[in-house]
Amino acid sequence: MHSSAQKNVSSTLVRWVTTGLGRVLISLFVPLLTFVVLWQGFIFLRDTEAPQVVVILVAILWGVGGVGLLFYVSNWLIERLPGGWTQRLQPFVFIGPALVILTWFLFLPTIRTLILSLQDAFGRNFIGLDNYIFALTDRIMLEAFRNNLLWMIFGTGFSVAMGLLIAVLADRSPLEKVYKAIIFMPMAISFVGAGVIWRYVYSFRGEGIGIQEIGLLNAVVNGLGFRSQPWLLIPPMNNFFLIVIMVWLQTGFAMVIISSAIKSIPMELMEAARVDGATEIQVFFRIMIPTIKSTLLTVTTTIIIFSLKLFDVVRVMTGGNNGTNVIANEFYLQQFTYNHSGRASAIAIVLLLAVVPVMIYNLRQFKERKAF
Amino acid sequence: MSSQGRSHKKNKYLGSLIVNGVLVLICLIWLIPTIGVLITSFRDSREIFTSGWWTVFPHRGWVQVGDPIPVDPDIDVDKPFTVAGVTSTFDVLRRGVETEDGRKVTWIGNKRSPRIVIIEEQRWKGFSTSLTLENYSDTLSGKEISFIDGAGNEIIRQGNNLGGAFLNSIAVAVPSTIIPILIAAFAAYGFAWMNFPGRKFFFTIVVALIVVPLQLALVPILRDYTQLNLNGTYLAMWLAHTGFGLPLAVYLLFNYIGTLPRDILESAFIDGASHFTIFQRLILPLSVPALASFAIFQFLWVWNDYLVALVFLGDRNQVVTSALASMVGEKGQDWHLLTSGAFVSMILPLAVFFLLQRYFVRGLMAGSIKG
Repeated sequence: MHSSAQKNVSSTLVRWVTTGLGRVLISLFVPLLTFVVLWQGFIFLRDTEAPQVVVILVAILWGVGGVGLLFYVSNWLIERLPGGWTQRLQPFVFIGPALVILTWFLFLPTIRTLILSLQDAFGRNFIGLDNYIFALTDRIMLEAFRNNLLWMIFGTGFSVAMGLLIAVLADRSPLEKVYKAIIFMPMAISFVGAGVIWRYVYSFRGEGIGIQEIGLLNAVVNGLGFRSQPWLLIPPMNNFFLIVIMVWLQTGFAMVIISSAIKSIPMELMEAARVDGATEIQVFFRIMIPTIKSTLLTVTTTIIIFSLKLFDVVRVMTGGNNGTNVIANEFYLQQFTYNHSGRASAIAIVLLLAVVPVMIYNLRQFKERKAF
Repeated sequence: MSSQGRSHKKNKYLGSLIVNGVLVLICLIWLIPTIGVLITSFRDSREIFTSGWWTVFPHRGWVQVGDPIPVDPDIDVDKPFTVAGVTSTFDVLRRGVETEDGRKVTWIGNKRSPRIVIIEEQRWKGFSTSLTLENYSDTLSGKEISFIDGAGNEIIRQGNNLGGAFLNSIAVAVPSTIIPILIAAFAAYGFAWMNFPGRKFFFTIVVALIVVPLQLALVPILRDYTQLNLNGTYLAMWLAHTGFGLPLAVYLLFNYIGTLPRDILESAFIDGASHFTIFQRLILPLSVPALASFAIFQFLWVWNDYLVALVFLGDRNQVVTSALASMVGEKGQDWHLLTSGAFVSMILPLAVFFLLQRYFVRGLMAGSIKG
C-alpha cells in the first residue's frame, strides 16, 4: 500500500519530467547548476586563505572534475535534443572544446603576433617593417643568430654522433639496458636543474691563499697544472660550454631512436657482409649507416628544432650575457625586460619561419613511424 | 684450426672489453656531474666552500699533526726566518713549504696574528662522515635561514620556499596533464569515428598548429590574461599548457584511436550504445597505453617547463623550476642550497623515469616533436 503510493508519486514525477515543460526546465537547470558550482569553485580558489595543501587539492579536483563535468553535461543536453539535432551537434561536443582552446591559444595568437610585429613597442601604431629590420640586421640579433647556428651545428652534431656511437656499442654489450638508462636519464631533468648541475661543474673561485676550486672542471685543470678559468665568462668559448649541456641532455634521445633502428636491420644482411670478409668498420659505414639513414635524418631535424627554440639553458646559465645570447632569449628580453612587444613579436615570427620548414619535414617523417 | 679459433675467441674477448670500457667511460662522464650535485647537497655548508665534493671519498690528503707551533714574537717576518726546522720567507710559508721528510709547514693567518704555523702530513682519509640533511630543510623552507660560509662567518638569507614551490608544481602539473588528454581524447574520437562537415579541414588545422613555437602565443595570451586578471593563477597555467599541448595530443591519440578495430565499435552501435557511452566504456580503456605514454610526456614537460611558468606565474605561486632559477640568480654561490634545490626539482621526474621507464621512453619519443 505504502510502496504503491510511493510508486505513484515517483511515476507522476517521471511523467512531469518527461513532458515538454519539465524537460525544458531541467535542461536549463542542469547547465545553470553546473555553472554555479564551477563559478563558486573559482571564487573559493581566488579568495581562499586555506592552507596550501587544501587549496591545491581543491584546485586539482575543481580543474579536472570541472572539465569532465562540462563534457558530461553538454553531452547530456545534446542527447535530449529532438530528432536529428543530436546527431548533427554531438560531434561538436567532442571536438568543440579542443577547437575553442586551440583557436584562443594558438590560432589567433599567431595572427595577433603577426599584427603586433608591425606595430610599435606598445602595440599602438603601425610602423611598417622596422621591427623586422631590427630582428634581421641588428648587431644583437646577428650575435644571437650566430650562436643559434653554433648550437644547431655542434649541439645537434655531437648529440647525434654520441647517440649513434653509444647505440652501436651498447648493441654489443650484455649490459645494454644499464648503459642506455644512464645516458637517457638526463632527459628526465629540467633545463633549470641541468643548469645548476653544470654551473657547479664550471664554477670558478679565482686564485688566492687557501682558495680551493670546488668546481670539477677547474679542479681537473688545476690538477693538470693549468690555471683555473671562469669558463662561462670567456666568449666565444662559453657557448661551447653551454652546448655541452645540450649534448648531455639530448644524446639519450638520439641514442634510443637510433638504437631501435639498428635493431631492425636484418641480421642476415650484416652476417653476409661479415662472411664475405667485411671489417666491422666497413659493415658500419656500408650497411648500417645507409640502412638507418632516414632515422638519422629525423633525429637530426628534431634536435635542430630543439636547438632553434632553445631558451632555458642560456637564461639560467648566463642570461645571454658575454656573447651567449640566442634568439629565444632575445625574444624574452625584448618583451619582458625592454617592454618592446613589437620587436619581440617580430623575433617570434622569425623563429616560426626558421622552424617551419624543418618541422614540416619532420612531421612527414613522423607519420611513417608509429608513435606508440 | 684450433689456434685460429682461440685467437678468434681472444679477439672477441678483447673487442668486448673495449666496447664495455668505452661505454663505462661515457657513462661515468654522464653520471659524475649529477653525482657531484647529489653528494654536495648532503655536505656541511662550510665544507662545501673549502673543498671539492670528491674529497668525501677516501683519498690521501694533508692532515694536521700535533698542535700549532707559536712563532717567536721577536722574529722579523719581513726577512727570511726559520721556524719548525724550515727556513723561508713569509710569502712562501703562507702557501706551505714541504720538507724532505714529507711534512708540510704552513703559516696560518697574517703577519701579526695569530703567528702560528701548523705541520701536516700526507695520510689516508676515509669516507667523510659529516653528512647532513640541513641543506634540504633550508631549501624547502620559506623562512629566514642561516649558514656558515667558508671563512666561518654566519650568513642569513631568506629561504626560497622550495617546499611550497613543489606543491605548486603539483597543482600546475596534474591538471595540466589530465585536462589536455581528456579534451584531446574526445577530439581524437570525434575526428576518427564521427561524421560531420569540415572534419578534414579542422583536423588539418589542428595538425598544422603543431609547428607553432609557443613563443608566438605568449605575448597575446599574456594580454588576455592581464585583462581577465588571470596572471599568477593555476587556471592560467592549466589553460596555457592545455592549449600548447593539444595539437600534438590530438594528433597522437587520433593515430591510436583511429586504428582501433572497426568491428568493436560497430557491434556496440548495433547494441544501441551512444557515442558518449562508447567513448567512455570502450575507447578510453582500450587507449590506456597511448594515454599513459602521452600523460608521462606531458607531465614531465609541464613539470620541467620554465618559460611558460616564468611568463604567466611570475613571482606568484612559483613552481620548482622558476623558484630554482631565481635561486640561481640570488644565491649563485650558495652551493649547499642550489644543489639540494636542484635535487628537489629533479626527484619526481627521476622517480617517474626509474619506475615507468618503458612508458617514459615511449612518451618522450612521441612528444619529441612538440612545438
